[in-house]
Amino acid sequence: MFIYQLETWARLVQLVQQKGEYSHIITASNSFGKNILPRAAALLDVSPITDVIAISSSNQFVRPIYAGNALCTVRYSGSNPCMLSVRSTSFAVSVDSKSNEAPISQVDLSTFDEGRALKSAENFKMIEKLAEKLGAAVGATRAAVDAGFVPNDLQVGQTGKIVAPKLYMAFGVSGAIQHLAGIRDSKVIVAVNKDADAPIFQVADYGLVGDLFEVIPELLEKLPEKK
Amino acid sequence: MSVPPLTILSISEGSSLILLLPSQSAGYIDPGESTAKKTPTMKILVAIKRVVDYAVKIRVKSDKSGVETLNVKMSMNPFCEIALEEALRIKQSGLASEVVAVSMGPSQCVDTLRTGLAMGADRGIHVESTAALYPLTVAKLLKALVDVEKPGVIILGKQAIDDDCNQTGQMVAGLLGWPQGTFASKVLLDTEKQVATVEREVDDGLETLCLDLPAVITTDLRLNQPRYATLPNIMKAKSKVIKKYTPQELNVEVKSDIEIVEVTEPPKRKAGVIVSSVDELIDKLRNEAHVI
Repeated sequence: MFIYQLETWARLVQLVQQKGEYSHIITASNSFGKNILPRAAALLDVSPITDVIAISSSNQFVRPIYAGNALCTVRYSGSNPCMLSVRSTSFAVSVDSKSNEAPISQVDLSTFDEGRALKSAENFKMIEKLAEKLGAAVGATRAAVDAGFVPNDLQVGQTGKIVAPKLYMAFGVSGAIQHLAGIRDSKVIVAVNKDADAPIFQVADYGLVGDLFEVIPELLEKLPEKK
Repeated sequence: MSVPPLTILSISEGSSLILLLPSQSAGYIDPGESTAKKTPTMKILVAIKRVVDYAVKIRVKSDKSGVETLNVKMSMNPFCEIALEEALRIKQSGLASEVVAVSMGPSQCVDTLRTGLAMGADRGIHVESTAALYPLTVAKLLKALVDVEKPGVIILGKQAIDDDCNQTGQMVAGLLGWPQGTFASKVLLDTEKQVATVEREVDDGLETLCLDLPAVITTDLRLNQPRYATLPNIMKAKSKVIKKYTPQELNVEVKSDIEIVEVTEPPKRKAGVIVSSVDELIDKLRNEAHVI
């Protein structure tokens, strides 16, 4: 199995910087970037700025703190290089890239919460069917991953994946702040929950109070096929 | 004033540097065979951070200088609790002799350390500083403590839930030149062979690494379920030792190359509507939001 050896990567970045004297070093805030950037920064004795969501100038950046419940604008005043990891959902993909893959922002995403709401991994199939019909990707909350219904890479939230789809449908999601951190940039949020007081309704554009086991079959029946 | 030209290096995984990691094939080590009944000598250093409790709804200060922390419930960062729990389990399994908890910041960090001692840490170290400590400084201070304590493993939370930086573990590993196993969901130590097998949560699933000790490990959510401190242990913790250091004593200059310009509230999502039926929902999504 081929994999990168992180320690070598970080050293390589250091050496490339010493040769090239770059003003900025940038990577994506994915698990690769998160792993390598701070280590390389420490080798270069500079502070990295992680999870940048907006660039105001060549040395001023905005990043979320407290699970996105506050935005922090920081100025980098250190020596070169200024090292950044950027959150890819916050920056538009340049238009000239010719790719057949659907950009993530076009993909609808349905999710589920609490093991309790879902009851079993078997029931997750229902969501997968709905996702297939909508051409959507499936995500999950920490509880659903912890319960073993879905693998960890589907987790959305403060410490999981950050998504910003056109349509985000949350089924049985209570709306913990840690989960909301991962979905707040979605264009349209739909929430379906039995509990009318669930915090998810405070951020949803469209809320439907109801049992997901009734709502999903009805959606499956009534939604048009995605072309 | 002339503006210096920007020269940007972009790092991404798709690049051509691919290395074969020979130890990858080592696989799991059966803990049964490796723990011969010898007295363990390895020390584990755990860094714990005092943060605003995860359940608190934070408020941004009106002068935009930061987030209100006065009269707000503070707790140990949840990822740090997981780190400490893992260290305690390693010690309980007979592979380590001592768990030392470190916290850095103002005097109240002692409360966080007491919590850690009540969970079962043997000793505490408090690096006292009223100045804001950024990850690079924290990493340098940790490195200085490693020179004093000589631990075989450092375990940290993968990120603090206040600044969400996700940097310190990687940085201290870099400064020490130790291998790192970040975002761990499973850790197996073999003190005989001096290796740690770490299963990591990455974007496309799980990755298993074999690290030579000493190493740095940062914890993800599913590594373990931290214990609660029992009353007798809380009482016992009061007599455990907390050693104090200042950054000066550790020869680390507290400075930062980052300034906080302002802290603001994120844009609010406008209030939505409650629909009464699936039909109404589909209608809204199609004709109002135009997303299906």
